[in-house]
Amino acid sequence: MAYLELNNVYKTYGEGDGATEVLSDINLSIEEGEFVAIVGFTGSGKTTLVNLINGLLKPTSGEVLFKGEPVEDTSHERGVIFQNYSLLPWLTVGQNVYMAVKEAYPKENKAFLKKRVSDYVAMVSLSPAINKRPKELSGGMRQRVAVARALAMNPEMIIMDEPLGALDALTRGNLQDEILKIWSQDKRTALLITNDVDEGIYMADRIIPLKPGPNATLGPEFKIDIERPRDKTAMNDNPNFKKTRNAIIEYLMDIGESRKSVSNEIYALPDISPKSFVA
Amino acid sequence: MENYQKVGKNRSIAFDLEIIKKINSFLKLSKMNTEILENKKAAGLTENGILFPSKVMLDLSNLKKVYPTPKGDYVVLEDLNLQIMKEEFVTIIGHSGCGKTTMLSMIAGLNPISGGNIAVLGNPVKGPGPDRGVIFQSPSLMPWMTALENVLLGVNKVFSHATKSQRKDIAKYYLNKVGLDGAFNKKAIELSQGMQQRVGIARAFAIKPKVLLLDEPFGMLDSLTRGELQDILIEIWNKEKITAVMITHDVDEAIFLADRVVMMTSGPRAKIGDILNIEFERPRTRKSVLEHDDYYTYRKHLIDFLEH
Repeated sequence: MAYLELNNVYKTYGEGDGATEVLSDINLSIEEGEFVAIVGFTGSGKTTLVNLINGLLKPTSGEVLFKGEPVEDTSHERGVIFQNYSLLPWLTVGQNVYMAVKEAYPKENKAFLKKRVSDYVAMVSLSPAINKRPKELSGGMRQRVAVARALAMNPEMIIMDEPLGALDALTRGNLQDEILKIWSQDKRTALLITNDVDEGIYMADRIIPLKPGPNATLGPEFKIDIERPRDKTAMNDNPNFKKTRNAIIEYLMDIGESRKSVSNEIYALPDISPKSFVA
Repeated sequence: MENYQKVGKNRSIAFDLEIIKKINSFLKLSKMNTEILENKKAAGLTENGILFPSKVMLDLSNLKKVYPTPKGDYVVLEDLNLQIMKEEFVTIIGHSGCGKTTMLSMIAGLNPISGGNIAVLGNPVKGPGPDRGVIFQSPSLMPWMTALENVLLGVNKVFSHATKSQRKDIAKYYLNKVGLDGAFNKKAIELSQGMQQRVGIARAFAIKPKVLLLDEPFGMLDSLTRGELQDILIEIWNKEKITAVMITHDVDEAIFLADRVVMMTSGPRAKIGDILNIEFERPRTRKSVLEHDDYYTYRKHLIDFLEH
């Protein structure tokens, strides 16, 4: 029995003529302790897939099983890092994280909870901003709060929906390393949704492409056979890295190519030179 | 290039750097000039020590930029020397805040120069002009205008001697090239960010600039849309061979597009740290580039520079 299993999952929005099938025949199985990345285009239904797994949405048909049980509702066993941060604007950074920690550790005392909050806020280098409210923070800082909040709950499974897309390369690299550290320390299970192939290769054991919607479905998986810990510079010398990276990029390029619309009309460019503005 | 070599042979003069140095000192030129010459030689812009000024599209010499702050002057760029040849595609990488955008906006004429010179075909830059097209990170379109009207805005100025229908044809031609032939009459505000940036590309090419300046034009797009737009950009560029200078954070983008990747040192006092020649044949396809033996060597070189 796999840790997380999706069997013949379909998801349709709307009814009758207006119905759009977003996801078709999704089959996915993730083992305990595995790190899986799903790579897909904008609008391919990545977020719908995440919401089916975390319990915010129910499939139109098919089943989503977590440790053998159907997913009926959200649970703090599955921590989610959302793309749009989803912080409570009236709470400070510390309070946002505290709320989640309290939910995950209802029996612990206040000192324990507070220590945990400050540890995780420190992990994302936001200690100086712990008493600030989200609107006082930049987008990147807000995303770091969301990462701290999800990880502080000590979830069994970490689900990430394009968590680092809005961050600059340096911050992104740091947070990738933090997430990997936590994942490997406690052997969590992780699912990362991303549009960045390199992020997927750096972090995951397997990469599965999601073909663009409507009727999005999963493509063939690519195993990332590179020893951990991985080094972004040294990886460039690894023949496995080159082979896998090229295969994934070419696969996605071919999908992109088939999406291109071909214009039938021919537009001719008049043969005129621009005015010279140099005196 | 062949012509110049021929001239060199006909004259049968064996110039080399030493001779130039002697001539320079004879003419009492500053030591600085010799250094510039060495830089140019290192960048492969000289042959047998002879400089070809007519091949240089964009010449940045001893460029300096100072921003005054309450704590005193902050020197962003200093002693920055860079020559970009006609029909060359140069990408620029460097850490955030090193002054890449400052340099580009100075070339565009949007930011005053504190010291040194920038010349386009020998003419000093004094302000913005239609010889230099800019594509910004955010599309910067007029939201209430349609895609066509946005492109026409520049076209009408630069092609004021053309007829109205000719000007429309120019705008339509480029909008079609970027894959927007169904969206001529859509307002900018109704378009997705990727589509808006396509309009930005069409707008910049349509005014037929001599130099195209691109400031991380695809930075805000997801990596797959980014690939599509890189293909569109390089397809038009292959045809028009406009000299292009592009800032990017994306190492793969830098290699795929460029003839040379220029690495800037971290500020303050940033300058050119290193230059990598990308020797891939053109036109390039992403597949052939990825499978080239040197690809991952280039990639490692650049990542190494950025991480240290």
